Amino acid sequence: MTDRHTVRSYDEDLKGLTATILEMGALAESQFARAAKAMATRDTALAREVIEGDARVDALERDVNERSIRLLALRQPMADDLRYIISGFKISADLERIGDYAANLGKRVLVLDRLPETPLVRELEPMADMALVMLRDTLQAYRDRDIDRAMDAWNQDEPLDDLYDVVVKKMSGVMMEDPSLIGACAHLMFIARNIERIGDHATNIAENIYFFISGLPLRMVHPKPAPTTVETDTPDGPETE
Amino acid sequence: MIDQSFHYEGVTGHPRLPGRDIKFSINDVNVYYGPKHALKNVGLDIASREVTAFIGPSGCGKSTFLRSLNRMNDLIDGCRVEGQVLIEGEDIYAPEVDVVELRARVGMVFQKPNPFPKSIYENVAYGPRIHGIARSRDELDGIVQSSLERAGLWKEVRDRLDAPGTGLSGGQQQRLCIARAIAVSPEVILMDEPCSALDPIATAKVEELIDELSGNYTIIIVTHSMQQAARVSQRTAFFHLGYLIECEQTDVIFMNPQHPLTQGYITGRFG
Repeated sequence: MTDRHTVRSYDEDLKGLTATILEMGALAESQFARAAKAMATRDTALAREVIEGDARVDALERDVNERSIRLLALRQPMADDLRYIISGFKISADLERIGDYAANLGKRVLVLDRLPETPLVRELEPMADMALVMLRDTLQAYRDRDIDRAMDAWNQDEPLDDLYDVVVKKMSGVMMEDPSLIGACAHLMFIARNIERIGDHATNIAENIYFFISGLPLRMVHPKPAPTTVETDTPDGPETE
Repeated sequence: MIDQSFHYEGVTGHPRLPGRDIKFSINDVNVYYGPKHALKNVGLDIASREVTAFIGPSGCGKSTFLRSLNRMNDLIDGCRVEGQVLIEGEDIYAPEVDVVELRARVGMVFQKPNPFPKSIYENVAYGPRIHGIARSRDELDGIVQSSLERAGLWKEVRDRLDAPGTGLSGGQQQRLCIARAIAVSPEVILMDEPCSALDPIATAKVEELIDELSGNYTIIIVTHSMQQAARVSQRTAFFHLGYLIECEQTDVIFMNPQHPLTQGYITGRFG
């Protein structure tokens, strides 16, 4: 993608698409970072800002969709251009979901605020930190078209899943010991699940970056099988072995 | 910009098709126009009964190569062809080859529709008549009708077969030329930018026709429209400065080409 097209306006269109996706990525990252901060500090004002901010993420996704469809219709992109545009289209959908999970985290912060304070929320902070690093690496890989960094980010999903399993086990143990904490723990488990899902979407983004750079699907070239996503919230399910 | 001084060693992709039903096997073909070396060491296989597209910027050698497949280059003064072009194992440049017969096996459709200044019927009947294909008027009528049907033109002209071919629209004239090519039952149809003088609807009809014909004929099409190559062909060969650069399945060429020159050309970065 380093060479210019003969038709300059094509390059301008592609740059516009890239800039919109980067803006969307920066916003989704900031939404998630602020939601995690609101959770850690019981900051309900910040949580409300995050909830309101989600509309902007959604608007940017619509913008990316319009730009992508326009490029496909008017430029008939081929080869790496085609892969880049299709990947951008998919990446924006993942970013939109990340925004949703951040907003949902914000809503749960408001609920937790009405419940007695519990130190268990600390258990989620390392997960949020890991997911945030992973998301940042992914977005940087997109900006720099850096396939190695995309792979690094992709490889961070498994440890995040492992940590999620640990958190779920811990929460279920706490709930069994002290039923008065079931309400708060249920919300914390959903938050943990949201963070784990954010990691999955960052993984998708990394795969799309790998694809548009190399032309190959990431799963075909990676020695490890792709990490399976835990699809149930039951703490004692077979997936938490 | 793309480094066009890239030195050409071999071809990216899969120019050879082991295990396939091969119509043409081309080995080390060089074509010269006087001192100009127009085509350089081109070698590839062309599969039977599918559409192969040749693409590349102007002057890349794609039309020269197409014309070397039925010895149309023989008609050009100072043109010299070296190397081997085998059609089902027979060298078309062997001295004993009857060029007229060869061109019946390997028909051609040109950029500009060029019907004879004769009736629609006579345009199609001409080939079978000179090649002695039809033994009776009934048989000839049958060939004319089936050729026009296969070219998707029968319904439009059945009531005016005696009208001059030149009175048809551009798209109809091109389909008449395709009917004329089909009438002598060729194995291969070479098409040199067959749609470049046609409007989009006439183009779509010709592309639809190419698709239908590819079940029975080997079709090789030179086109400047990459979208057309993508739409109609199963394999695509990219030429640049007289070299065959990359030859691969069409979807691979347009989604994930391996050579930087192919990539640069099809994405509109040079050419």
